[in-house]
Amino acid sequence: MATEESKFIEVQPFSDEMVLSMGPQHPSTHGVLKLELRLDGEIVREAIPHIGYLHRCFEKHAENLSYPQIIPFTDRMDYISAMNQNWGFCLAVEKMMAADEKFSGVPERAEYLRVLVGELNRIASHLLSFGTYGMDIGAFTPFLYAFRDREEILLLFEEICGARLTYNYIRIGGVSRDMPPNWLDHVKNFIDYFEPKVDEYNTLLTENKIFIARTVKVAVLDEDMAINYGITGPNLRGAGKKWDLRKDEPYSIYDRFDFDVPIGHDIPRIGAVLGDCWNRYKVRMDEMKESVRIIRQILNQKIPEGPIMAQYKAVRPPAGEIFDRSEAPRGELGFYIVSDGSVKPVRLKAKSPCFTALSALQELSKGLMVADIIAIIGSIDIVMGEIDR
Amino acid sequence: MRQFFGIFGNLSEVTVGSSKPLAGLLLEILPPLPAFLEEYEQLLAMITACGIFVGVVPLIPLVLVLAERKVSAFIQDRTGPMRVGPWGILQTLADGVKLLFKEDLIPPYGDRVLFRLAPYIIVCFSLAAFVAIPFGAIDLGDERYVFIVSNLNIGIFYILAVSSVIVIGIIMAGWASNSKWSLLGSLRSAAQMVSYEIPVGLSILSVIMVVQTLNMQGIVDQQDGGLHSWLIFRTPFSFIAFFVFFISAIAEVNRTPFDLPEAESELVAGFHTEYSGMRFALFFIAEYANMFAVCAIAVTLFLGGWQGVLPGIDILGGLPGFVFKTLFLVFVMMWIRWTLPRLRVDQLMNLCWKYLIPVSFFNILGVGIWMLIFGADTMDMKSLGPSLVVIVIAVFILLKQVFKGVSGTKRETTPVPSS
Repeated sequence: MATEESKFIEVQPFSDEMVLSMGPQHPSTHGVLKLELRLDGEIVREAIPHIGYLHRCFEKHAENLSYPQIIPFTDRMDYISAMNQNWGFCLAVEKMMAADEKFSGVPERAEYLRVLVGELNRIASHLLSFGTYGMDIGAFTPFLYAFRDREEILLLFEEICGARLTYNYIRIGGVSRDMPPNWLDHVKNFIDYFEPKVDEYNTLLTENKIFIARTVKVAVLDEDMAINYGITGPNLRGAGKKWDLRKDEPYSIYDRFDFDVPIGHDIPRIGAVLGDCWNRYKVRMDEMKESVRIIRQILNQKIPEGPIMAQYKAVRPPAGEIFDRSEAPRGELGFYIVSDGSVKPVRLKAKSPCFTALSALQELSKGLMVADIIAIIGSIDIVMGEIDR
Repeated sequence: MRQFFGIFGNLSEVTVGSSKPLAGLLLEILPPLPAFLEEYEQLLAMITACGIFVGVVPLIPLVLVLAERKVSAFIQDRTGPMRVGPWGILQTLADGVKLLFKEDLIPPYGDRVLFRLAPYIIVCFSLAAFVAIPFGAIDLGDERYVFIVSNLNIGIFYILAVSSVIVIGIIMAGWASNSKWSLLGSLRSAAQMVSYEIPVGLSILSVIMVVQTLNMQGIVDQQDGGLHSWLIFRTPFSFIAFFVFFISAIAEVNRTPFDLPEAESELVAGFHTEYSGMRFALFFIAEYANMFAVCAIAVTLFLGGWQGVLPGIDILGGLPGFVFKTLFLVFVMMWIRWTLPRLRVDQLMNLCWKYLIPVSFFNILGVGIWMLIFGADTMDMKSLGPSLVVIVIAVFILLKQVFKGVSGTKRETTPVPSS
């Protein structure tokens, strides 16, 4: 255990190397990540991430709360895509509740609303990722463009659930409230406005020569390595593996929609190789388009009338355990719940996609430059709230 | 060969044409001094001229900071500062007052003397460059009075010299802060500024070969006679030299895409991480003064200085024209800053050593050959004609290449929905 504990970098006397502590207060460690860098000039010999600065005892808290009370805590995990976090938790609980005879199942209308807000939130999350990545690389303008568009999504969310960041909208068995009148028109307005914007951003940043020079062939995370580390989501797809739970293990009503799973490619024109920063980033840009496609299909189909909440007496999942996962914008979000049949879980464990992604940083960053570390952190798109919980 | 060595001939000349600096103009237009001061009148006029510059030049950053915020707001679909004064025009003033009243922090274990000294060095040498820049000229009688503090006969050489001292101030700031971020930033800055001074110097040299003088006013005088006589069009190589100079100038003043020394996302704030209050404001003033200075030098060397676009039309001695041209270049710098990402440190060095320096050497060779063939040192159609033809063809081919990639991407913008 002694070697396990001394994970801090030892400073070698009389060496030319410098130990640099990047974070927890640093503009581009995406929150409160602390990196301990051993530098040889500008070259990184070693990078050790230190986490825990945003630890809020989510799992321990959850053991003392009833299931519906846990949902607001999931909001605060990945606060960039709180809808998807709510959804992931509710899916797991609903799966346990399915054995309960009094639980009537999630109504159709609620499923549609869930997909709608889930995909909107995925766009908002990827927009933020795109914007902050631009800023990490040094382009400030994409960040504000992304926030301008994200603001529209937040306004939509504000209309439907009253909150702009921590929604607590998706509840066990349905959603908290029905959509207001004309909300779908507003969604349609936004989608019509937003769809051409993705191409604009691609011309602005994705195809920019300097951006390409900064991200192409940097920190190649190939498929084997990604799977070994348990990396999921856009980071895995950027490595060329076509794996998306919405497609491969469809939950909710995702099997009713027609959409593609974007993956990374070798692109000789710009020199991009599978699994480099550029590909990971590009997958997110493409996913926004696919989310728009899904939302368009919902708008074109008629959303069934009816209740938005399942019928049940109380949330008392039968004794047992479950691990259920869903596709959050940053990868597979898993919840492991142990129930003893009471209103509170005995044990709750969240499997965070960002945490697994961050674990690859140490291997990815060897021999690169300080500026590349920033490019990696941006491209694996971590949210510290989810890592530390 | 005489043409090549002519440069050194001019270095030894003390009087430069019939141009007189600003002090001379003040002596002409101001009322005569009382008798007991008469023997000091030259000195007093010089001090007054310096006073005018010291008073006016620091106002330039004040305007530019606001301009940058407004330009970036315009590019980013925002309004920018709007609260202080109409359209926020007093915002910089308010920020300045705020910085002035902030606590004066010096990091512990830092080198206190160097820490205090660094901002002053940077500001002094940024402002020193303005001494040799001609802002305009008026003719009174048969004398020509130039709006310049000191009409040095080695003007451009002097500017190069004082602007390279800035890097010492930056290293001082980085070292004295006792912070690894500052140190990294200042070392990056040193490497960058020293490297980029070479293409700057070489592209200036290719101009000097044509004009055969180092005197800034002398360079402007040679561009008399309208748009076509600007040095940028004199030879095709000076056209290239302008762009090499401008790119290197952006790098020298540490702006995006070459803003690595203060790369916010990497080094927090670079060499001025630990600075606050008025010292930080001094860095800011220096940065924007520098930006204006390099653009003013680019205008003087390549874009006709204060000479107008059309011959014979010099409103207010060409001063508004000069300021307009300079501000346009400053705007281009801002435009670039708010559009492009940042290069990595090795890519930055590659660009300088692998592309800009060879191109600059090629320019010097080209200018030499061009002068031997066409005699570009005098402004006539014999040399200008072929030059313009070559430039037009080159620009045409370049634009065709540039727009080849984006021809198919026609976009229309839809207004933001009001949901």
